[in-house]
Amino acid sequence: MNRALNLPAISLAYLRARPLGAALNVLLLALGVATVAVLLLVSRQIESRMHGDARGIDLVVGAKGSPMQLVLAAVFHIDVPGGNIPLEEAKKLAAHRAVKQAIPLALGDSYRGYRIVGTTHDYAAHYGAKLAAGKLWQQPMQAVLGAQAARAAGLAVGAKFAGAHGMGGDAGEAPGHDHTPFEVVGVLAPTGSVLDRLVLTSVESVWHVHGTHGEKDVDQEITALLIRYATPLAAATLPRQVNANPQLQAGSPAYESARLFRMIGVGVEVLRAFGLVLMLAAGLSVFIALTNALQERRYDLAVMRMLGAGRTKLFGLLLLEGLLLAAIGAALGLALGHGATQLIGALMQARQQPPLTGLLWLNEEWWLAGGALAVGLIAALAPALRAYRASVAGVLAEG
Amino acid sequence: MLSVKGLRQRYGAREILALERFEAAAGEHWLVLGVSGSGKTTLLNLIAGLLEPSAGEIEVGGQALAAVQGAALDRWRGRTVGIVPQKLHLVPSLSVLQNLLLAPYLAGLPLDEARALGLLEALSLKEKVNARPHQLSHGQAQRVAIARAAMNRPKLLLADEPTGNLDDANCFSALQLLQDQSRECGATLIVATHDQRAKQRFDKRLEL
Repeated sequence: MNRALNLPAISLAYLRARPLGAALNVLLLALGVATVAVLLLVSRQIESRMHGDARGIDLVVGAKGSPMQLVLAAVFHIDVPGGNIPLEEAKKLAAHRAVKQAIPLALGDSYRGYRIVGTTHDYAAHYGAKLAAGKLWQQPMQAVLGAQAARAAGLAVGAKFAGAHGMGGDAGEAPGHDHTPFEVVGVLAPTGSVLDRLVLTSVESVWHVHGTHGEKDVDQEITALLIRYATPLAAATLPRQVNANPQLQAGSPAYESARLFRMIGVGVEVLRAFGLVLMLAAGLSVFIALTNALQERRYDLAVMRMLGAGRTKLFGLLLLEGLLLAAIGAALGLALGHGATQLIGALMQARQQPPLTGLLWLNEEWWLAGGALAVGLIAALAPALRAYRASVAGVLAEG
Repeated sequence: MLSVKGLRQRYGAREILALERFEAAAGEHWLVLGVSGSGKTTLLNLIAGLLEPSAGEIEVGGQALAAVQGAALDRWRGRTVGIVPQKLHLVPSLSVLQNLLLAPYLAGLPLDEARALGLLEALSLKEKVNARPHQLSHGQAQRVAIARAAMNRPKLLLADEPTGNLDDANCFSALQLLQDQSRECGATLIVATHDQRAKQRFDKRLEL
């Protein structure tokens, strides 16, 4: 047994004397803290990743339809595109003087769930991608794989593969294009962007696969154009001009992802409120536990006064106990939250690259820990005040 | 050492203690006798500064109690007065040794572990150093309470009904321990009891 004697040791001795109750309080608080921590960590990481994917892309132009779907399909690659646009229109737009850069994307096929994107070398350069092996594609039917796509598909430079229609997941037997295999000529180093889970090739390859071979001039199409403005003023005029064209739809990644976050935000808020309610419930439980304990301990507290402890010392003792519970709860909660985030990251590793990590400390977490301590302190306040006011002689006599 | 003048304690209109004059010199051993409800415990509480008198003066070692208040009074009590309450009130979550060390700790004195161990040995509690109070017999718990009261070498040792549930042998040994300890500390001893057996051991008596 610990022989040192001071207020923390006395508080700890009391907590140890009632381990189940103390554990329940700590657990309640920890669950609340963990819930809020996971939400913070996950939403912050997804948000920053989406910001990274959309950075530098001012406008997406695609087939008429929903601008949100267009952005989800062409920027984040988590939705199917609504249709294609004629190459002629795209070329006209790319030549517009308000456009500094226009990157074409031709979508439609995938390999083992990893989307095949027909584009130009500019697309890889946009995300600052570097080659880990091989070279970029030089002619049709050569492909360069994103880091994760290469790893998951087990393809290296020199390998051949055939794409499948749509985003067919793992279904290797989905109707495909076995007669037109791609050859892997390069693998990209990880970029931390959407590029990691894409298969890049030339636009011509996509046309080739889809059998526009032969009748070359007929209806050549691409799916979308990623546009960077030449001047900020373009934001005011270009989207309107694009939308005036009956075949084209403009979507702003910044605006659409903000809209998306507002919609998801409601759910995040609800979960966050749930976490805060858990923390408050823990505070209430600590309050009840300390109040009950005070009833049992009023003799001890009176004896402490008898032995020379001032009222403030007893007040401090009870506050310390609340604080101790809260500190253990907060530490455990944060550990749980980070662990859970790491686990979620590991479980979703196949879909997210880089995976979500729990090894990240956000400044908001200081507030979270502070809030948990405040809950413990406030819960202990009323019992501590009662201990402060109690009459020693009366309590000693009634024992 | 201890001087009481014109002491009155009332709860509302009811007077529960009236003591015109009481003096005890340093090192004297006093027995305060009286039936239940005669105000023995109240007198001890007043002398220890745990209660404030309705009227009258109490001086301990030249210190007028009315002149000290709040934390200073608590600290004064912790350093000057050793108390063995009737219900003993050992702190259940602490070990026997920690219960003893609580006295100097709360009085703001250095934690003299050697003295605590010495006291426990003298009271044949050596093997109970790390035991919890609930593991002690009543007699052992009472000896721990006496050791705790003696821990800070008080000038005044107060004991409330120390022989309550004890058989004759234990009754006399408890009184003997109290007298030994107050002699060892040079303390004035005041034992409040209704137990007539105690008379044999004390020649100075105050009847309430």
